Amino acid sequence: MEQALAIQSINCFYDEVQVLHDLSLDLSRGEVHCLFGRNGAGKTTTLKAIMGLVRVRSGKIVKDGVEISKLPAHEIAKHAIAYVPQGRRLFGELTVAENLQIGLLARNKGEETRERVLNLFPLLRERLNQRSSTLSGGEQQMLAMARALCVEPDVLLLDEPTEGLMPSMIARIREAVTALHEQGVSTILVEQRVDAVLEIASRVSFVENGRVKATMGVEDLRAEPELVRKYVGVG
Amino acid sequence: MSGSDTTRTILLHGALLAGLAALDFVLPDYHHGVLARVMVLSVFAMGYNIAFGYTGLLSLGHAMFFAAGLYGAALPIYHLGWSVWPSLGAGLLAGLVLAVIVACLALRTLGVAFMIVTLMFSQVFYLTTLYFTTYTRGEEGLVLQQGMRTLALPGGHISLANADVRFWAAWTLFSLTLVITLFLVRSRFGRALVAIRENEERMRMLGYDVFASKLAAMAVSGTISAAAGAAYAVLFGYAGSGFASIQYSILPLLWVLLGGAATVLGPFVGTLIMFYLIDTASSYTTPHMLVVGVALILLILYFPKGIVGTIRAKWLRWLP
Repeated sequence: MEQALAIQSINCFYDEVQVLHDLSLDLSRGEVHCLFGRNGAGKTTTLKAIMGLVRVRSGKIVKDGVEISKLPAHEIAKHAIAYVPQGRRLFGELTVAENLQIGLLARNKGEETRERVLNLFPLLRERLNQRSSTLSGGEQQMLAMARALCVEPDVLLLDEPTEGLMPSMIARIREAVTALHEQGVSTILVEQRVDAVLEIASRVSFVENGRVKATMGVEDLRAEPELVRKYVGVG
Repeated sequence: MSGSDTTRTILLHGALLAGLAALDFVLPDYHHGVLARVMVLSVFAMGYNIAFGYTGLLSLGHAMFFAAGLYGAALPIYHLGWSVWPSLGAGLLAGLVLAVIVACLALRTLGVAFMIVTLMFSQVFYLTTLYFTTYTRGEEGLVLQQGMRTLALPGGHISLANADVRFWAAWTLFSLTLVITLFLVRSRFGRALVAIRENEERMRMLGYDVFASKLAAMAVSGTISAAAGAAYAVLFGYAGSGFASIQYSILPLLWVLLGGAATVLGPFVGTLIMFYLIDTASSYTTPHMLVVGVALILLILYFPKGIVGTIRAKWLRWLP
């Protein structure tokens, strides 16, 4: 299968503390690749390294034949990679419409993209003139994803998008991820919930102490659910 | 912003400008002069608001941009015998160049470090004006005589020392800056600045060059501040080192906080109230700054987002 993104033996540090050790991962075009692991395993750091928010000291990250690991964050985003961090991080003083506009303007996208995004999250259409800081947690998550999608990414990085949400909202977020998968968007998803992984992922990588311990198809995990306990001690 | 909000915004700001223009005909001489001064200083505050209010850059060095405009205009008039128009241009250019240079260096820092770095640059500028006393006359300052402040217009020459001319010149500069600010904050660039203030890292992740946007914001902010300085020199005929001191870096911050950061009208409201607060208190008591301090504490208690900011938060959500 064609590669959308390749992470090749990267090493990352927070000051002098090494957090990623020769971590390698590949993302195939159109797949949902889930990173699974304990807190502090290095999942979020992996996403940040892809986005250039944590410096890659050695190893490289390649997208469409271009090494992006040496580029500044705003240049990496121009390679059609979007990141939805944990905690949403919206522009709270701006309205829903303005948040989307900021996303659209970043890559000079127009009305067509906006409509496509709003069709994915119809709830936001009713909130366009509302200040984003006044939205519920689930709505904020939808807006964070919607804003990221305004740049029309072909690689989407999602960091625990369903964390702390009520079940109805979790279902909607999952529907959106599935719809994006069907549209051919390649996604790296950091997720702590086994049921979510089994439902929407194509492949799963177990991350521990800054290394990928194992990568397998979701069918293998479904067949042997005790693997979750083996690698991360939960299940 | 919806169509009705745009209409209301235009009506409100148009009414303010018309009201200020009308005051030219009714105000007694003293308040007439004060209002002209307040309008010029409001332009300084509006410039500061672009950096602090909209972009979140808490600079403690904006006095140097105001003083760059002030000296950029006054020195060529005083020493080289330049006329007003090219001197105003020189003032603007001095502010723009200084803002770009300072921003290129200071924007490598964040938060408290940014405050300190801008403060240090400003202090260097202040001490430079004192060091070259031969040219600047230091604290004593340069006094531009009436004859030096004649403005060439297509219909003839007018003296900026004339109170009415000064008022209308200040009004024109104020109106122009108000319109520019309104346009700027509603533009793509202005919205991007607010988003940078809200979450810089997120903007970077969306593909925005945050450094370039902040540099542009500082350049605009510095140039507007310099425009106020240049106008002050030619309208009031004085340029002294005091305008480069730290007091003139703190004042625009107070004006903007009092009026409402990231509001278009806040800087004017803050400057006007502060000016009259000091003026009134000093006419009653010697320790007038104590009275001003208490009044400011009360205002901030009841208007935590500044006067216009609180009005916007509580009642008029459409205010820009």
